[in-house]
Amino acid sequence: MAAYALRRLGQSLLVLALMSLLVFVGVYAIGNPIELLVNPEADDAERLRAAHALGLDKPLLVQYGVFLLHAAKGDLGRSFVYNIPAIQLILQRLPATLELALASTVIAIVIGIPLGLLAGLKPHSWVGRSIMAGSILGFSLPTFWVGLVLIMVFSVHFGWLPPNGRGETVSLLGVPVSFLTLDGLRHLAMPALNLALLQLSLLVRLTRAGTREAILQDYVKFARAKGLSTGRVIGVHVLKNILIPIVTVIGLELGSVIAFAIVTESIFAWPGTGKLLIDSINQLDRPVIVAYLLVIVTLFIVINLVVDVLYSLLDPRVRLATAAPAH
Amino acid sequence: MRIATTARPALPAARLERVESPWRRLAEEFAASRLALLGLALLVLLAAVAITAPWIAPQNPYDLAQLDVLDSQLPPGSHSLSGKAYWLGTDDQGRDMLSAILFGLRISLTVGVASTVAALALGLALGLAAAYFGGWLDALIMRIADIQLSFPAILIALILLAALGQGVGKIIVALVTVQWAYYARTVRSAAIVERQKEYIEAAKVLALPEWRIVLGHLLPNCLPPLIVVATVQVAHAITLEATLSFLGLGLPITEPSLGLLIANGFQYLLSGKYWISFYPGLALLVTIMSINLVADQLRDILNPRLKR
Repeated sequence: MAAYALRRLGQSLLVLALMSLLVFVGVYAIGNPIELLVNPEADDAERLRAAHALGLDKPLLVQYGVFLLHAAKGDLGRSFVYNIPAIQLILQRLPATLELALASTVIAIVIGIPLGLLAGLKPHSWVGRSIMAGSILGFSLPTFWVGLVLIMVFSVHFGWLPPNGRGETVSLLGVPVSFLTLDGLRHLAMPALNLALLQLSLLVRLTRAGTREAILQDYVKFARAKGLSTGRVIGVHVLKNILIPIVTVIGLELGSVIAFAIVTESIFAWPGTGKLLIDSINQLDRPVIVAYLLVIVTLFIVINLVVDVLYSLLDPRVRLATAAPAH
Repeated sequence: MRIATTARPALPAARLERVESPWRRLAEEFAASRLALLGLALLVLLAAVAITAPWIAPQNPYDLAQLDVLDSQLPPGSHSLSGKAYWLGTDDQGRDMLSAILFGLRISLTVGVASTVAALALGLALGLAAAYFGGWLDALIMRIADIQLSFPAILIALILLAALGQGVGKIIVALVTVQWAYYARTVRSAAIVERQKEYIEAAKVLALPEWRIVLGHLLPNCLPPLIVVATVQVAHAITLEATLSFLGLGLPITEPSLGLLIANGFQYLLSGKYWISFYPGLALLVTIMSINLVADQLRDILNPRLKR
């Protein structure tokens, strides 16, 4: 077990190193930030001075080396635009993104699993069919388009919910959060629902498929034959058995949710990391782009690693398959 | 499929006849769902108007001489001073939204189909090579695919486009990069199953050259799952392109796809001028929905596991 976890960790570090090189080289290729940062009327000497101050006059590999050295010490460079450490900028914005991601995950679970169960138990009824049709719609609708419609309906037409920003925040253990104030909740509602849509549809489908398979199994028939109530059969026997893949997907999807938050945050001007990334790309703020991507990549690698290791703990077949070399 | 049709000489003649034309059988099964037929009809219609856009659109939305700033931001159904009707309204530059949507649809569909075809070709080649040759090549290709698929497509496309810049060619490159792995995986798993079947052994016994075995025997039998993936991926590609363009990272303003039209109208949404964003969005939605309806039905009829 420990060997398996260690090997996965080694692989993960390799991926991280590879991604950092790719990201650094890729981001280096974007435009020339000096053009944007220096006054257009500045002369060449001033441009050179600015380039030197930012370390942009050195060869690419030297820049990457310097970057790695600093990164090892937890310094991912200073933002060209805000002139504060990039990592600090991201950490400032991260709570907003995480709050949005968690809120949308909660929405997806609370709505998605019951709907999926219902659709799985009555797949041919009109309820089951409309839930499935809804989930197909949820998959097909582009996130940003749903966001626009939400704004159109709830902000412009009815004027119930604010179209942008995070609203009033209060400090919870030193982290600003929106969901504890009424104003914050009103701001959170639309972006969270928007972001939840994809996950929600996925959960409905997964739960439905799992339920349909599970209710045909012998243990369910047996539980019924024992005379257990339908509620207990579904709530305990069916749900418990279909929960493993569902929990896995929720865990794995957390990363996608954070990535998709880029879109949602841009629509609702939610001051999180996703909006920061888009702004930084437009302003050629390279250190912030690189730092954001590395934070996200690390996050993904950690999520995948945890899910893999948990899986091998839960399911001995995974462990055995990797221990015995394939023939 | 050829094998299946000829290997049943013992069946009664009447049933044999029906088995003999797999295309016809597929068409019949496809038509069993009215929703799928509707999707297909819509898709054909959309493709037709997209292809013929330059001839059927009321105006050329990118010919500045045809635009009149006095007509800007008119609501749907208004008429210009010269009496022309704007059925879906106009945008901030007095552009007829209907024409803009027809041209946008053209670009969105082109990007979606072109990137899917290119990704399909690349994924097919790599996946077949991985399955057939195995060994380190298989390990290398699939490892890259694994790593890539563990990140969301939008993130990878975003990074690529941030580095590459804007343009139709560049967005196609980005879309191919994020999509090839799906095909490679699908075709590899299908090919590994097929490779062990008897007809491949028979082909080997016949001493056919390797390329004929791979292209003539293995490839056609791996196609059904691939067709399903490709149909779904066209819709994904169009959505992804629209999303990236909406974020300002996809296509340049001179080649507006539906996503860019929506982004363009977004700033007017809060002042109640919904039509500049809404109708391009509706067009995008109908396109994606009809592709998905077709894909869903294809998946059902091409999936042997659902056959009774």
